[in-house]
Amino acid sequence: MKQPKTIIEKIWEKHTVVQEADKPDLLYIDLHLVHEVTSPQAFEGLRLAGRKVRQPERTYATVDHNVPTIHRPIIRDKVARKQMETLRSNCADFGIRLADIDHPDQGIVHVIGPQLGLTQPGKTIVCGDSHTSTHGAFGALAFGIGTSEVEHVLATQTLWQNKPKTLNVHIEGALGTGVTAKDLILAIIGKFGVKFGTGYVLEYTGEAIRDLSMEERMTLCNMSIEAGARAGLISPDETTFEYLRGRRYAPEGSDFEAAVSEWKNLATDDGAVYDHTVYLDASEIEPQVTWGTNPGMCLPISASVPDPALIEDKDERASVEQALAYMGLEANQQLTSIEIQHVFIGSCTNSRITDLRKAASVIQGRKVHPSVRAMVVPGSFTVKMQAEQEGLDQIFQDAGFEWRDAGCSMCLAMNEDVVPAGERCASTSNRNFEGRQGTGARTHLASPEMAAAAAIEGRFVDIRQAVAPTV
Amino acid sequence: MEPIKTHNGLVYPLPKRNVDTDQIIPKQFLKRIERAGFGQFLFYNWRFDENDKPRGDFSLNQPKYEGASVLISGDNFGCGSSREHAPWALLDYGFKVIIAPSFADIFYNNTTKNGILSIKLSEEQVDYLLNQAEKNSYTLTIDLENQKVYDKLGFEAAFDIPAYNKHMLLNGLDEIGITLSYADRITQFEQTH
Repeated sequence: MKQPKTIIEKIWEKHTVVQEADKPDLLYIDLHLVHEVTSPQAFEGLRLAGRKVRQPERTYATVDHNVPTIHRPIIRDKVARKQMETLRSNCADFGIRLADIDHPDQGIVHVIGPQLGLTQPGKTIVCGDSHTSTHGAFGALAFGIGTSEVEHVLATQTLWQNKPKTLNVHIEGALGTGVTAKDLILAIIGKFGVKFGTGYVLEYTGEAIRDLSMEERMTLCNMSIEAGARAGLISPDETTFEYLRGRRYAPEGSDFEAAVSEWKNLATDDGAVYDHTVYLDASEIEPQVTWGTNPGMCLPISASVPDPALIEDKDERASVEQALAYMGLEANQQLTSIEIQHVFIGSCTNSRITDLRKAASVIQGRKVHPSVRAMVVPGSFTVKMQAEQEGLDQIFQDAGFEWRDAGCSMCLAMNEDVVPAGERCASTSNRNFEGRQGTGARTHLASPEMAAAAAIEGRFVDIRQAVAPTV
Repeated sequence: MEPIKTHNGLVYPLPKRNVDTDQIIPKQFLKRIERAGFGQFLFYNWRFDENDKPRGDFSLNQPKYEGASVLISGDNFGCGSSREHAPWALLDYGFKVIIAPSFADIFYNNTTKNGILSIKLSEEQVDYLLNQAEKNSYTLTIDLENQKVYDKLGFEAAFDIPAYNKHMLLNGLDEIGITLSYADRITQFEQTH
């Protein structure tokens, strides 16, 4: 009988080009996604060395980090415009497909890859962006890389990589009403910490994971990096195959059926051994909100802000004190007493069509609180068009939300979508670091439903009590 | 990239856990298309106030740390965004060696690719170094060949580093050049997969 293997080991073995002593393995990269912010120096490096892009057809580029979300295609910020023009000329010079600012496929790189069917089970996928882990939702081995590695992949279509350790994140039970994939990943990071995944690739397993839709799986895998893991994945199943069927770059007809039978073999074998396993019961998870300055600083909505005086470890106490000072929160304050001034629904974590539907179902027929500025930034132009066909844009705008064009926007606030210093934002994004959404800005991470409810009430509320979602 | 064999330098202590790359180089500086010149923006929101004036209460602005080239910090250093602008900023500012109890994976790789030596030491060892550097003008010697860190007061610590990373750092090698020497193997792989 063959040794049972994890999907991680199977993908690794299929992509190893060179394996020699005292070296990492040379891993073949199937798909390289490129964007404007982490690529210019890589292309410049190629030019200086007189090198070409080895596999332009395995490379796909878009603009997302830096694009404005209004008045397209005008880019008022000259430095940003130069960066986007640089990507355009690099793609032209090296023969790379580009979904540019005015292209119907433009969007956040981790939204469009899956949407186009470029993301497929068993692929190795990299991008100069840490949230590349998103693509793991399809049973791909997908991880973020730096610009030197971007240059390396452009030139060689490979990377030297140490074989990662494997970590099984096993989630039994079912998520309760009003509890989402976002709450699940926040609860995982809240419980096990912001570095429990360092050095590992995570595989999410268990009943609760099987029950998730593809878009929910993307939300989950997206934030693997916030647990320290460069990659997090889910073995593919019927949900995966049905999502992929008919997508532009997915195999067609009998090729699709052949691909499915190959993809089925990728799933982790019964009895495969992981280096480590952690367990969580989904039924115990409540809607989550972050109170601090990293994603592990989160609590159920029914809880209160931690009291540093009760923390024994001095380093931990200092971290909590610093976070509360930055966030302008009092120890023991109820999370539901936190008033917010901004709501951002968007980012590679939560900007897909089902995220927008769920948020819209919460606000339908209601008005944004007078002290709140709220905005929706769809993850791609395609998501935006679909939402408009369904009338979601009208629901958002009637409630008082701004309805924008696709991009990373206020998740990292590189463009003009910035939270002012000292103000507070309920955000569906992935990082609540100091200054992430603007210098001095205070970020609280939450699900689209929780952020939408906060927009109406002007403060955080428990979605399970506030409103009964209709979708 | 510059080879690094041994390094002797002034230590700057940053006693914080989970220093993320958004703090090392905030996003407003990621729009530039060059690799050079990011040092002036290092730790920008900690070093400078809303009027771009240096903050007196941030330790890196103190004269005693001027010229520091060894950074000591807390657990999970470099977490978050994959931006290589973070090691570019550290290197451009003058940091050649970073010591912490642990590093985020992407950041660790990014430092190695830029000739910065990231060294993991135990919490106790890091606490000792932080303490020394906060009290005194404190210099450390890092010997990559022999994989040890020592001071003049008798402190000495061995560290682990993957053989491949050590080889690349000691020789300041162009990794793409090495990989292209395997071009036949890559072509063969492409033809059979």
